Amino acid sequence: MSSLLPTMRDEFERRDPDFIRQFLPILWLLASFWYRAEVRGLEKIPPEGPVLLVGNHSGGNMTPDTALFVLAFSAYFGAERPFYQLAHSLVLAMPALWWLRGFGTVTASPDNADKALRKGAALLVYPGGDYEVHRPTWESAKVDFDGRKGFLRTAHRDHVPLVPVVSIGGQETALFLSRGKRLARWLGLDRRFRLKVLPISLALPWGLNIGDMLGHLPLPAKITIQVLDPIDLRARFGPKPDWNVANQYVLGKMQKALTKLQSQRRLPIVG
Amino acid sequence: MRVAVHTEIAAPRQRVWDYIVDPHHHKDFMDGMTQWEVASAKHTGLGTRFSMRMRVGSVELGGLIEIVEFDPPCDMAWTSVTGVDHRGRWRLRPGNGECTDVELRVTYYAPGGILGSVADLVAWPIVRGHLQRSLQKLKPRLETRAERSRT
Repeated sequence: MSSLLPTMRDEFERRDPDFIRQFLPILWLLASFWYRAEVRGLEKIPPEGPVLLVGNHSGGNMTPDTALFVLAFSAYFGAERPFYQLAHSLVLAMPALWWLRGFGTVTASPDNADKALRKGAALLVYPGGDYEVHRPTWESAKVDFDGRKGFLRTAHRDHVPLVPVVSIGGQETALFLSRGKRLARWLGLDRRFRLKVLPISLALPWGLNIGDMLGHLPLPAKITIQVLDPIDLRARFGPKPDWNVANQYVLGKMQKALTKLQSQRRLPIVG
Repeated sequence: MRVAVHTEIAAPRQRVWDYIVDPHHHKDFMDGMTQWEVASAKHTGLGTRFSMRMRVGSVELGGLIEIVEFDPPCDMAWTSVTGVDHRGRWRLRPGNGECTDVELRVTYYAPGGILGSVADLVAWPIVRGHLQRSLQKLKPRLETRAERSRT
């Protein structure tokens, strides 16, 4: 397994602004005409310096919210602004996803988060990870980080603003039925691959899709992304925060915004 | 990809010029513009830099631009420094009587080979729509002012 994991060496140096520029038109076409995406509030992100962007994750292994946000961020601030995204090591080990490195995707770990922020970069994290991204479609408007709070410690330790980002629509790109937690446990995926789930969904072109390892053809659901106001954890919760209180505060803000986005949707997929 | 839109405004050329070079006015009449802020020590003239964003399709495109031609009251041109590669130009010429011919041009280029060209083409009517509506908004603002100053 270790040979499948990406090497940590030079992970950050593989980000390539010229490569990002080449890809932006393709992402723009996808965002504007397939997902009819709407990204609001980018002006709330500090225009320079390190910032921790914390999002709710949707859309199964295709994660359209990530692609759309990377597009929106790079188009707004320019590909020149250092911007990294944390991803599961298995995602980065997939040969077909080699291009993620060029966009600045690095292996999810507390060390890499610190490293990115200390470089002065913007960093996008999805604390809910594989657990949240495979939640059932009927929980589309629920922020669920599975109790993970490491992102709070990272923002606090590195003295950076935390900017919540919520999105809706990604969970309508297929019919996600179950995370398949028991199945994953039974197969020992958690121990072997750090996978807590083996999702079950109905998706194109497979029909019944177990694992979503080969991805799927996402339905053209309208995706809306909303950037919220930055949160200064030190100013709000002091040098030694009660992490449960801080977590409740951040998740509360995100849930409220996501519920509002959901209330603005009239029909599934159509938006 | 080049987009050019044109209108005739019933106001003296100097008045049109003074209005469009004032950065405070841009967000009022530029359709789709979400940001137009001075990003240099200078606020006007050659070398002035602006941070600008325009909503095109799903996203706000833009970046840092710099004024590279400033010839009052005829031409003002800019080019992108960061962000999406583009150039733009305001071209003011004397029209009939007290009128001014106003032309706004933008040339942009999306990298990415064939798909970049497709994106260029698909974006064309969106950009053209923004520029046309901008001139439609600009016209009554200046003509009302000209009217007021005459009475």
